[in-house]
Amino acid sequence: MGVVKLELQGISKAFGSFYANQDIDLVVESGQIHCLLGENGAGKSTLMNVLYGLYEPTAGRILVDGKPVTFRGPGDAMAAGIGMVHQHFMLVPVFTVAENVALGAEPTGPGGLLSLDTTRRKIREISDRYGFDVDPDALVEDLPVGVQQRVEIIKALVRNAKVLILDEPTAVLTPQETDELLDIMRQLKASGTSIVFISHKLREVKAVSDVITVIRRGKVVGDAPPTASPTELASMMVGRPVSLSLDKAEAQPGDRTFVVKDLTVRAANGTNVVDGISFDIAQGEILAVAGVQGNGQTELTEAILGVQDHVSGSVTLDGKELLGLPVKDVLRSGVGFVPEDRTHDGLVGPFSVAENLVLDLYDRAPFAKGVGMNPAKVAENAAAKIKEFDIRTPSAGSAAGTLSGGNQQKVVMARELSRPLRLFIASQPTRGVDVGSIEFLHRRIVAERDAGTPVMIVSTELDEVVELADRIAVLYKGKLVGIVPAGTPRDTLGLMMAGVGPEGGSDDN
Amino acid sequence: MTTATASKPGAAGPTTAARPSLKVPVSLGVLSLVALVFFGFFGPSKTAEMKVSEQGDAIVLPALLIPGQAGGIVLAVLLLAMAAYSIYLWTKGERSPKWLPIVFAVVFVFALLVWIVAGAREPSISLAGLIAGSVTLAVPLVFGSLSGVLCERVGVVNIAIEGQLLGGAFTAALVATVTHNAYIGLLAAAAAGALVSMVLAVFSIKYLVNQIIVGVVLNVLVSGVTGFLFGTVMAPDKELFNTPPRLDILPIPVLSDIPLIGPILFEQSVAGYLMYVAVAVVWVGLFKTRWGLRVRAVGEHPQAADTLGINVNATRFWNVTLGGAIAGIGGAIFTLVTIDSFTKEISGGRGFIALAALIFGRWNPIGAFLASLLFGFAYNLQSILGIIGTPVPSQFMAMLPYLVTIFAVAGLVGKSRPPAASGIPYVKG
Amino acid sequence: MTTKDNTPAGDSPEETGNEVQAADVALDTAGGTLEPSLVPVSTQSGDTGHQQDTVLRRIVMGNGFVSLLAVFVALVLGGLLIASTDQNVAKSAGYFFARPTDFLYYLWGAMTKSYVALFQGSVFNPRQGFSPLLETMTVATPLICAGLGVALAFRAGLFNIGAQGQIIISATLGAYAGFAWHLPPVLHLIVVVVMGVIGGAAWGAIVGLLKARTGAHEVIVTIMLNYVALFLLDFLLNTAAFRRPGDNSPISPRLDESAVYPQLIPGSRLHLGFLVAVALTAGVWWLLNRSTIGFEFRAVGANPAAARTAGVNVQAATILVMAVAGALSGFGGVAQVAGTEKVLTGGVAAQIGFDAITVALLGRSTPWGTFFAGLLFGAFRAGAVQMQIQTGTPIDIVLVVQSLIVLFIAAPPLVRSIFGLNPGRKKRAKAAPKAAVATGGAK
Repeated sequence: MGVVKLELQGISKAFGSFYANQDIDLVVESGQIHCLLGENGAGKSTLMNVLYGLYEPTAGRILVDGKPVTFRGPGDAMAAGIGMVHQHFMLVPVFTVAENVALGAEPTGPGGLLSLDTTRRKIREISDRYGFDVDPDALVEDLPVGVQQRVEIIKALVRNAKVLILDEPTAVLTPQETDELLDIMRQLKASGTSIVFISHKLREVKAVSDVITVIRRGKVVGDAPPTASPTELASMMVGRPVSLSLDKAEAQPGDRTFVVKDLTVRAANGTNVVDGISFDIAQGEILAVAGVQGNGQTELTEAILGVQDHVSGSVTLDGKELLGLPVKDVLRSGVGFVPEDRTHDGLVGPFSVAENLVLDLYDRAPFAKGVGMNPAKVAENAAAKIKEFDIRTPSAGSAAGTLSGGNQQKVVMARELSRPLRLFIASQPTRGVDVGSIEFLHRRIVAERDAGTPVMIVSTELDEVVELADRIAVLYKGKLVGIVPAGTPRDTLGLMMAGVGPEGGSDDN
Repeated sequence: MTTATASKPGAAGPTTAARPSLKVPVSLGVLSLVALVFFGFFGPSKTAEMKVSEQGDAIVLPALLIPGQAGGIVLAVLLLAMAAYSIYLWTKGERSPKWLPIVFAVVFVFALLVWIVAGAREPSISLAGLIAGSVTLAVPLVFGSLSGVLCERVGVVNIAIEGQLLGGAFTAALVATVTHNAYIGLLAAAAAGALVSMVLAVFSIKYLVNQIIVGVVLNVLVSGVTGFLFGTVMAPDKELFNTPPRLDILPIPVLSDIPLIGPILFEQSVAGYLMYVAVAVVWVGLFKTRWGLRVRAVGEHPQAADTLGINVNATRFWNVTLGGAIAGIGGAIFTLVTIDSFTKEISGGRGFIALAALIFGRWNPIGAFLASLLFGFAYNLQSILGIIGTPVPSQFMAMLPYLVTIFAVAGLVGKSRPPAASGIPYVKG
Repeated sequence: MTTKDNTPAGDSPEETGNEVQAADVALDTAGGTLEPSLVPVSTQSGDTGHQQDTVLRRIVMGNGFVSLLAVFVALVLGGLLIASTDQNVAKSAGYFFARPTDFLYYLWGAMTKSYVALFQGSVFNPRQGFSPLLETMTVATPLICAGLGVALAFRAGLFNIGAQGQIIISATLGAYAGFAWHLPPVLHLIVVVVMGVIGGAAWGAIVGLLKARTGAHEVIVTIMLNYVALFLLDFLLNTAAFRRPGDNSPISPRLDESAVYPQLIPGSRLHLGFLVAVALTAGVWWLLNRSTIGFEFRAVGANPAAARTAGVNVQAATILVMAVAGALSGFGGVAQVAGTEKVLTGGVAAQIGFDAITVALLGRSTPWGTFFAGLLFGAFRAGAVQMQIQTGTPIDIVLVVQSLIVLFIAAPPLVRSIFGLNPGRKKRAKAAPKAAVATGGAK
């Protein structure tokens, strides 16, 4: 088995009249780590799904070692030596590792009965070679995310993948786990596997790539060497010069009106997903909560909002206890809440923009009187907010689910910022949002701070945390590792995100 | 350091497993106390006679004579012991073993039986007849619930079991009469069930219509079509179209003379034997073969299956079709074994009991089989109650399967977890 | 700053004409258009996404037109089924190639004969004029009430398969109050209605409660509760409290005259219950589209997680919506015992609870859609009796036509492709060809 050279020529992929990919040329040389860099929604994942046979391209062709191939499905792609690790893992949670690895190419014994011994052996082999430490008989749902990702890599390697596509593989990892993954990638490259690495994080891309191809709005913008500067790469991604920093005035902290004490959230399995957290936020201050996805951030914000069960401790706003109150009363105490997943928790997709703009205000004056609603006021409010927040929608009556991610986020933000607030909580305020909207949303958040509201931002993007924060709190496994001032070096923050306290890690700078 | 960085964000470590649920110990405890009070302290004074052998059997065993009250107390104590064991395990942080609720259920049902029989006007029943009758009544339920298992495991909710049974029953009667051959009728029933299933599959997979809606509507459609054809074709000329030959009962020599289990296992029609085979084949197929692994993957995480080159919608289509064929065979039992002709609505809601059995049996073929037996027993008991004259209204016996199912889905009797993707259509991208 | 362009619309409170309209659309269409019209919950209207289309295209592609086509196709298929069992058609098919006109003549005759009889039994015939229409309205009354119950639950994302059980329980309680208690007129009827509605609401609330507290799937629970209710009624009708004195058959005494809905038109069975159904339809429309409660119901139905985050008590809403749905079905049960039948029997609910599901689906879960769907199916039911008497066509054909209508309505791409209307490039139909490829591969 040799190494494989992969070529995409003039690939286009349209959904209806929308082109997710347009006329894309790409050459992945054998034994290279080739990075696809681009913003969220630039069309990277679509391109890879075409390459992996999940989508049929609207136009263009794929060549493997110079020969044109057609992939009718992932089976064909795998047969051609292409493997893919999806951003959202494609693992059956109730199956064992071996069953997941075998699925689709199951070794069978007499009578068509499964015999997974060879699979187990192969898993152990690969696991030993790369130091994966994966037990073939463990149930996938019991495994930590990092190990699940290794199972995905094993799945591809067992199928003799010569080209491995990694789609945003670091999104769920700590900086340290990310470094380990980058090591694994180098090892794989050394053993002859080509890697297509999809990311929008400049640091990782620069660290590991041989070639970088930048994609913007479905088109290839150009190639860049890994030595290119971050500002150069960012400008290519966005299409105009960007400053990677936000102008904001020094915070003017006032009274500490929002106080969290010993907050603990117990999960159904008995573990504490939020474990005795205490902090406070002053009026006119932004506290950014940093941490890798899944370390208790969701539960922390939801506990404050009142949608988590089994919560203990205390959360006070303006001296009033919020814990134990129904969500409606928490919101009425002046809490503005932007959930981390807007399509899941923030919007009712089939509802109109106008209705979504009053989603948590519908039963209050002026929108309602008793149980009757006032459609005229709902419409007035919609017209005003659409203008103020520059929400791009065909009409106030359009279903919110049809808007772009950035505009959906603006709907949520507009709603939550449209009443006098005593506390503003925003989780992942700019996830999946285009750069133009990011700047706008960040300015609104800072404006809310400058108006004297305590602001809590939760983000897994270190860039965003550094940009917005007046103080930074880091969560790890449900515990507060520490609260550090803005301007703390990224290395320190990275170590804190892996659970190492600020005292132990801050000696290097 | 390497072990420290293998973090587990959000995920529960397997070592910190939570305490098992209290539901099983508490339900067992409550039920055994109920048994002690009603079957024991307030137990009837008469003695229940349970005949084990029929006259003329090769081996004749004496009948069981169980005094109502004393028997009730003994059985209730047995139940209490099991409940206590379950609670003891709970205090040690262990789950109750799977066999415990099953054995508990068997003993409880037996105690209930003693209580009912001893309280009847004529405190005597044939245990062998009761059990054999239960199995006979359970056969269509087993086929129906297997159909449900196959469909739900692959990710398609099958509310149309009733329609598949009814379609099978009608076609079996019609074809068997016309061809004078019950076996051809049986095959035709399978085809009819498969056809109903294909409609379910096409509408839910190709047109993405909500599966529950298709199921509900299909039941109405099949009921309408069979009722219409019964009225226009069968009823006017019964001789020609509605006098199917029966499937012969094929007793296996010697084995069928074993008391109690003989008639259950070894004195069945072809369809009856087929039932045992089907349960075994579906179980082995689902959990031990390549086919089963793929089916379950499609039902749990269709996207994952798709990325490994498994054709999700084709897998769903063929499994749903297969399920329909199995349910169709179940429907044939009505017209080729139980009753000797087709009448309107002959399935009489049995499809919904099959649905209940599959849920109560936790989407597992063997579980569905056992649940079907239990519900068949309740059905049979209901008719026998009327004959021996008990104070318990038969309607409450008839409600039992439905109530049990409500308790099951409400999580009061163990936790039922359906396949994750069941009911969700799969659209790429 | 002083140019005309700078006067923003909507800044002054009076300048809201356009926006008011926009909001009307917003509230009315909020069932949404995201899902391609397959789930009834989201099929309120298909207009918002179509603003650039021509009017004609909108009519042809719109849900209303597709519904009409679906009814048409279902009637044709039902007609073919009728014809397939017709003696003359079968005979003439034997010599089809010799004289095809005979075959077509008999085919047309067989198909139309039954439908003409159906029409005469449900709308108009020369002998009785329009009085069959009154019978249609009578039969439609419980269908509309129960259909509203199913539709309301659909809009809140719940499959209420339990209208049958809710009708049975409400009919039982209502009837009991009607024959066992003897109260003054007006008050007696009110008590009957209240008893019945409470019964239905309670039976529905059980489902909501189990769903909210334990997550039990409402489809399973409602199906099972239907049977529990059926056996409960069967049991009660065999007790002395419910049986007619001196009669051994399971039938209750007649309800007191003071306990039944007054007749609306002499010589027909049409009763006040029909007007109640009209009022309920209007009420449900207001509830869904103009009230905060309906806003909550719809939000919970379309996205429970977002509703919860926005402060809606999802559990309470689930229980409440099932209680209201049960209450609406309860009005149907009351209409049966206090209007149409005036006694309680084991078959008091007939198939109404199951028909109600198809009624709600045909009505796309909108209140007025459900109302007219109820009238249509009421006409089928009423006319079918006449049809069976006149032509010998079994009533079951109504079930066939009814279910076919719903199947076709649920799959607009299928109907469009039958008539060659598939829009191909349209985004809405995107899913269909894709899925077609997949199933094609399966064959």
